[in-house]
Amino acid sequence: MKDAPVMVKADGVRKHFGRLEVLRGIDLQVRSGEVMCIIGPSGSGKSTFLRCINHLEKVDGGRLTVDGHLVGYREHAGRLHELKDREVCQRRAEIGMVFQHFHLFPHITALENVAVGPVRVKRQPRDRAAARARELLGQVGLADKADCYPKQLSGGQQQRVAIARALSMEPKLMLFDEPTSALDPELVGDVLEVMRNLAGQGMTMVVVTHEMGFAREVGDQLVFMDEGLVVESGRPRDVLANPAEERTRQFLSRIL
Amino acid sequence: MTAPTEATTVVPVRHPGRWVGTAIVIVLAVMLVHSLFFSHVERSGKRQPRFEWAVIRHYFFSSEILKGLQVTIEVTLVAMAAGILLGVLLAVMRLSPNPIVSGSAWGYVWFFRGTPVLVQLLFWYNAAYIFPVFSLGIPFGPAFFHLNLNSTFTPFVVASVGLGLNEGAYMSEIVRAGILSVDEGQTEAAQSLGMNRLQNLRHVVLPQAMRVIIPPTGNETISMLKTSALAAEVTLGELLFKAQSIYSQSFQPIPLLMVASFWYLIVTTVMTMGQFYIERHFARGSARQLPPTPFERFKRGIQIRPTIGPFGHGGLS
Repeated sequence: MKDAPVMVKADGVRKHFGRLEVLRGIDLQVRSGEVMCIIGPSGSGKSTFLRCINHLEKVDGGRLTVDGHLVGYREHAGRLHELKDREVCQRRAEIGMVFQHFHLFPHITALENVAVGPVRVKRQPRDRAAARARELLGQVGLADKADCYPKQLSGGQQQRVAIARALSMEPKLMLFDEPTSALDPELVGDVLEVMRNLAGQGMTMVVVTHEMGFAREVGDQLVFMDEGLVVESGRPRDVLANPAEERTRQFLSRIL
Repeated sequence: MTAPTEATTVVPVRHPGRWVGTAIVIVLAVMLVHSLFFSHVERSGKRQPRFEWAVIRHYFFSSEILKGLQVTIEVTLVAMAAGILLGVLLAVMRLSPNPIVSGSAWGYVWFFRGTPVLVQLLFWYNAAYIFPVFSLGIPFGPAFFHLNLNSTFTPFVVASVGLGLNEGAYMSEIVRAGILSVDEGQTEAAQSLGMNRLQNLRHVVLPQAMRVIIPPTGNETISMLKTSALAAEVTLGELLFKAQSIYSQSFQPIPLLMVASFWYLIVTTVMTMGQFYIERHFARGSARQLPPTPFERFKRGIQIRPTIGPFGHGGLS
């Protein structure tokens, strides 16, 4: 994996909301097929960084590239041109995202949730998208829930539908924003299992999480963020077992 | 603080007020029925029924009144359809990031909500005085298309345009409230799938906003049915206009106004029932179980009835 192409590369990425600096120069790199887990206290900017990757937030400074393309801009003759809405949408369609609170579309069934992207964005024929959606629901263990509305599913089931929905666009990169934080403890396992399988299939993943067991077992890299900076990063085993930085040590002692 | 066991007798709360209230309502109802159906008055020396039900019956299904009813329903539907389309357009414009677009929508709502609808109707009725010809073409240059307003602005067109443009302003606020009621996470999820602004609006936000939009829209439609009576002022032959033109010759205003009122009541009742089913349709996915239709409730009511008296579980006690 050492020489796999770089999927996400951040160079001094900055972001502020008004006067509040949320990201103060993030440097990191995710190679194709890698799983990067990001941990850190709340307010450390980890979710904001994740949202920058698919341009749900605009980067204010530094360079952030996905698969070699600058996020939100095109470089031409030494100048950055903001992308048109259409181009932003095209880039987003190639990146899957899973949210802490699922954000399934409540007015359509699980199957329609998984088929709506391919039908509306990729203009795939309905029956083909529906067949693929059934396949994906099977992959996340919910083949029998295809016709349920999101409200009729448990949190864990909803999150697995949300993962299937993100996969329906055949993304080259998956972003997970605290995917298990809103779940009852006994439902976390099923969601992590799906994510573990996905990693096993070679999906490139960036996961903001508090699940240290998952990070240790599945992650290729672990990044600890605090106050808008990457404090420490490395192999999960090393970072978790002997953190080099005092702040990492404090954080880990509080949550483990 | 022991729970009632089988040995204890439970004395329900007494409701003496309900007995008094029931008595008063019964007396008032009897007075109303008497006044409506059995009382008489002297009119120019002749003893006549207070309410001339025979006259009401005579005109209720007369072709003139039915024609007026048809026009009322038509103008209501056309104006409401125009209002809803315009309302969605204006609401989307209001929420546009482009300040010129959102500003124009704001200005439109400001103007049409700020002037009386009757004045607007009279304005459109007389519009041909200021703009005898409506042309499409290059501004201050040649025109490609002419419309003679004197001949196209019939009373029906005036009423539909006037009421529709006014309704658009109100509908836009209703639609905007509906759009704003949808959680932002829905838009983010749609964006992360690569949907653009319009796809997000059309397939994700608006269907969910409908739950908030439908009830006030039903209200607006019922309100429009009655507001359309203002079109009598611009000589549109709708229900009130027909009733007025009949009683201007027969000199029986009250019976004919009652004929019109009964028809308005009947149509609003039908609309209210229609609204229930539309709301039920858009409640899919938001509730675990859909609310029962009146028929289902009726069926269930028959089964439960034996345990519940007309005043609830306690009955009259």
